[in-house]
Amino acid sequence: MAVLVVAEITDGALSMDATAKAVTAARPLGDVTVLCIGSLARAAAGEAATISGVARVLCAENALYGHRLAEPVAALIVSLAGEYAHIVAPATTDAKNILPRVAALLDVMVLTDVTAVVDADTFVRPVYAGNAMQTVRSKDEKKVITFRTSTFEAAGTGDPVTIDDVAAADAPGLSEWLEDRVAESDRPELTSAKIVVSGGRGVGSEENFAIIEALADKLGAAVGASRAAVDSGFAPNDWQVGQTGKVVAPDLYVACGISGAIQHLAGMKDSKIIVAINKDEEAPIFQVADYGLVADLFQAVPELTEKL
Amino acid sequence: MKVLVPVKRVIDYNVKVRVKADGSGVDLANVKMSMNPFDEISVEQAIRLKEAGQVDEVVVVSIGVKQSQETLRTALAMGADRAILVVAADDVHNDIEPLAVAKILKAIVDEEQPGLVLCGKQAIDNDMNATGQMLAALMGWSQATFASDLEIVGDKAKVTREVDGGLQTIEVSMPTVVTVDLRLNEPRYASLPNIMKAKKKPLDEKTPADYGVDVANRLEIVKTAEPEARKAGIMVESVDELVSKLKEAGAV
Repeated sequence: MAVLVVAEITDGALSMDATAKAVTAARPLGDVTVLCIGSLARAAAGEAATISGVARVLCAENALYGHRLAEPVAALIVSLAGEYAHIVAPATTDAKNILPRVAALLDVMVLTDVTAVVDADTFVRPVYAGNAMQTVRSKDEKKVITFRTSTFEAAGTGDPVTIDDVAAADAPGLSEWLEDRVAESDRPELTSAKIVVSGGRGVGSEENFAIIEALADKLGAAVGASRAAVDSGFAPNDWQVGQTGKVVAPDLYVACGISGAIQHLAGMKDSKIIVAINKDEEAPIFQVADYGLVADLFQAVPELTEKL
Repeated sequence: MKVLVPVKRVIDYNVKVRVKADGSGVDLANVKMSMNPFDEISVEQAIRLKEAGQVDEVVVVSIGVKQSQETLRTALAMGADRAILVVAADDVHNDIEPLAVAKILKAIVDEEQPGLVLCGKQAIDNDMNATGQMLAALMGWSQATFASDLEIVGDKAKVTREVDGGLQTIEVSMPTVVTVDLRLNEPRYASLPNIMKAKKKPLDEKTPADYGVDVANRLEIVKTAEPEARKAGIMVESVDELVSKLKEAGAV
């Protein structure tokens, strides 16, 4: 049977990293068809067609799918579901919004944040903020899955495959997009960055976050934050790393002024190397850190920036 | 307008979970349980809407073991008017899946006819993030997930959502299902007099059979394992030492 991968597309641009990782996860399940949905989807479809391992690309370009509202997009995916045994996507906020709706419309369960494929019916997913790994076997005929991208390598690129257009499905007209407030950033995207520098409550203020950003820029890193830092207004919410924010697994994660609550660890403990800088030597973050430094971050972080 | 708020009894968010040695699951015997943190936020939001005069009645519902009534009493003490408990499991280790929960909630919504269902965005035990979306699908209603701001204007709700790149504002037709994110509000504590009063508020007890819903799991849990442990790290004495260690490891 075939697998339908719902590509991650924002404002007409394909998120190559997230989509290519979902393709890697999907390949053992069957022939991969990538579905590109948006008010602008043509260019994204062209790019998706170059991902290695993709057999076919479907392009659903229609004004109905601007900003990918859950109701029309879910209706479209359900209209195409017939020939696919697996309908999958990278576990982004977009997919988390849409795929459970698709699953319920098909009367099947959804498997979210899957980290490993055992066989066509059996999958591993973290539960309890990543403190337990559950292997589950689905008894449903169709499997609707979101894959945690941080645990899969991105597929490479090759010669483009065919792109076919698909017609829009009947849309229920229940919702309307009003506005986006996009956080401006020239830095690498948090979930795909090789290095992440994060600040927590210990940073103390929005102004002080500049020292975290300076270190990040020196390393070419993305900037992350703990919930405490976001709640205190030091950093925007889309920087949040953790159980309810983004899950990252970079080569290097530098945690500054972060105590290491269970909920934060859930979002970064699969990083290859973890560095913790904290003045409290009892902070739980030191239990997962490969290199720990007990120090005042206001001295240590600028010094580190200078010496790198 | 009536608001329905589903709440879940889960392991307290501060508890470090223990995986059972035989791989059969997480040990929930004698562990502190509480209301799912996201559900506290949805209860709070429902009460705020009532205080603002936009809502007449707040009905809370929980599905699971009998002890979930403690969670419902907590919601009643915060200010909800009435509760429905659907006893669907006799062992705390049996987690009813989001699809079954959504089907039970659909039956309750059909009966109660709320104008709005306010759910948490995810439960911190199964980390599914699916029930609200599934309920909206089954009802054929609009949905607004990961809400950090909610404004009801006439028969529409204007919702700001926390999405990957920042914030997105959408307008959905009512009735609707809204799932709440952390930053929607700061939930209140129940005062002692309100906890006492909550004991007298109505709490109906039901079963899935009352709603004709089969709660059998679609996902069979094959095993539950500890995540791989990280090997012990080292403490460095200075920034210089940290820099040299990182260079040795090829990390910078």
